[in-house]
Amino acid sequence: MSISEKPPLAQEPALVVDDVVKRFGRGTEIVTAVDHVSFSVQQGEFVSVIGPSGCGKSTLFNIIGGLLSEYEGAVKIGEERISAPHPAVGMVFQEESTFPWRTVIDNVAFPLELQGVAKSERMDRAHHFIDMVGLASFEKAFPSQLSGGMKQRVSIARTLVSQPKILLMDEPFAALDEQTRLLLGDKITQIQQELNQTTLLITHNLTEAVQLSDRIVVMTYRPGQVKRIVDINLPRPRTSDVVGSDAFGHYVAEIWNDLREEASRGMADSESAASRRAAHG
Amino acid sequence: MAETFLRRRGPELFGAATLIASALVFEALIRGGVVNRYIIPPPSDILLAFERVIVEENILTRCRDTAFEMIIAGGASVLVGVPIGVLLYRSALWRRAMEDWIGALAAAPIVLAFPLFLVLFGRSPKTIIVMGFVHGLAPIILKTVEGLASTRTVLINVGRSLKMTQSQMFWKILLPSAMPIIFTGIRLSWTFVLITIVGIEYLINLGGVGQLINELAERYDLPGTYAGICFVILVSVLFFLALERVESWLQPGR
Repeated sequence: MSISEKPPLAQEPALVVDDVVKRFGRGTEIVTAVDHVSFSVQQGEFVSVIGPSGCGKSTLFNIIGGLLSEYEGAVKIGEERISAPHPAVGMVFQEESTFPWRTVIDNVAFPLELQGVAKSERMDRAHHFIDMVGLASFEKAFPSQLSGGMKQRVSIARTLVSQPKILLMDEPFAALDEQTRLLLGDKITQIQQELNQTTLLITHNLTEAVQLSDRIVVMTYRPGQVKRIVDINLPRPRTSDVVGSDAFGHYVAEIWNDLREEASRGMADSESAASRRAAHG
Repeated sequence: MAETFLRRRGPELFGAATLIASALVFEALIRGGVVNRYIIPPPSDILLAFERVIVEENILTRCRDTAFEMIIAGGASVLVGVPIGVLLYRSALWRRAMEDWIGALAAAPIVLAFPLFLVLFGRSPKTIIVMGFVHGLAPIILKTVEGLASTRTVLINVGRSLKMTQSQMFWKILLPSAMPIIFTGIRLSWTFVLITIVGIEYLINLGGVGQLINELAERYDLPGTYAGICFVILVSVLFFLALERVESWLQPGR
């Protein structure tokens, strides 16, 4: 197994998820989406949360992003418990979220516009991050003129422009084909290393998680609990070439062993729910 | 080169060719006696009547009067309709209470209520403008509500993640996102407004092109009447071209 070339991580975690529980519904209809989940993310670390559909990944994303304020336990940045969107957390959503009425540069500069940053400064900063995601020649283009992958890069640049302490991403490449996903993975790795950006990725894609992460939090199917946390000791700087290595295959196989049982439970659950719906006409 | 020109201008050329072909078919049917020329005059006669209605009947001034009424009534529909739509979007109670009534208003033949408006506002352009305004209001209100309500959740979540205020959320996300649907409402509204204005001008024999069409019809000047109708279409086309310009200015990239 290769030895990690990543510099040693700082002691103080950038983000702590401490015994988080989230339940939906009332009375006998209560569903526990997230069940006593705990892990932390160190400064500059790339952590992925992986699990089958229905394991509470998106719920966790919404809690950490402050979009779900009522939950048990604590998500902490420093000593502060998150119960609303926090300026230290920048969110990238699964769905395409660019503003179709704004050009690429105006999309990316949008958070700075809200902060009242002077136009020349916000354009300079937006330009820097557009360049970083590789869209320098598309600054004046509108989202309708871009591909799905390019739109997601605009969303990532828009999030990074505020220089958040933690980049929180919810399956940002879910709608993209495998090749684009691998190439965008390279771009994300490059940016993350360049900025030493603390990143938490929510995903259900195994290869994506192994390609990008320092650690992977494997979740169980409903109720979502932490099944295992896997250290990924692949060398950095890392590119998509790593997917051809034996070590990569080993990690994928190891995590799939953990996930298979959970994914099977999820599939069986979906099938029985579909049968019940069919039986009730 | 020619291929590019055809690809770009093809639909317009096809539309114009269809119009000319239809006119030629009607010309042939009327001259052949298949269609009665006292019901539909030959297109060539209508074409010849254009000069007469412009020079003798002063139709350009009348178009200006109709356009003025249209601007006031259509503009007021937007200025009043959009804020009402926003209020209904914000209040679920009001929306549930009013939406059906507003839908009914959109479908109501308001033109038939002209005697009531005559009593209220007299035989004046005020009556025409108010009736146009009332008829144009409902589509804008309904489409504003629909547009705001159909804003994608992910865009609202982007706003929430950036800790946007209610006011920022409205002006920077909800309204721009709703704009295409609001413009659909404006297009519908202005169609209603123009129909109502020309219809009331015709009915109360006052004002712009509608009154002229009434007079020409009374004189049984059918080519002149149809030429007048062509000018109504012209006013409509000009308004919708202007609206398209405003729309593409307000919604770049769509």
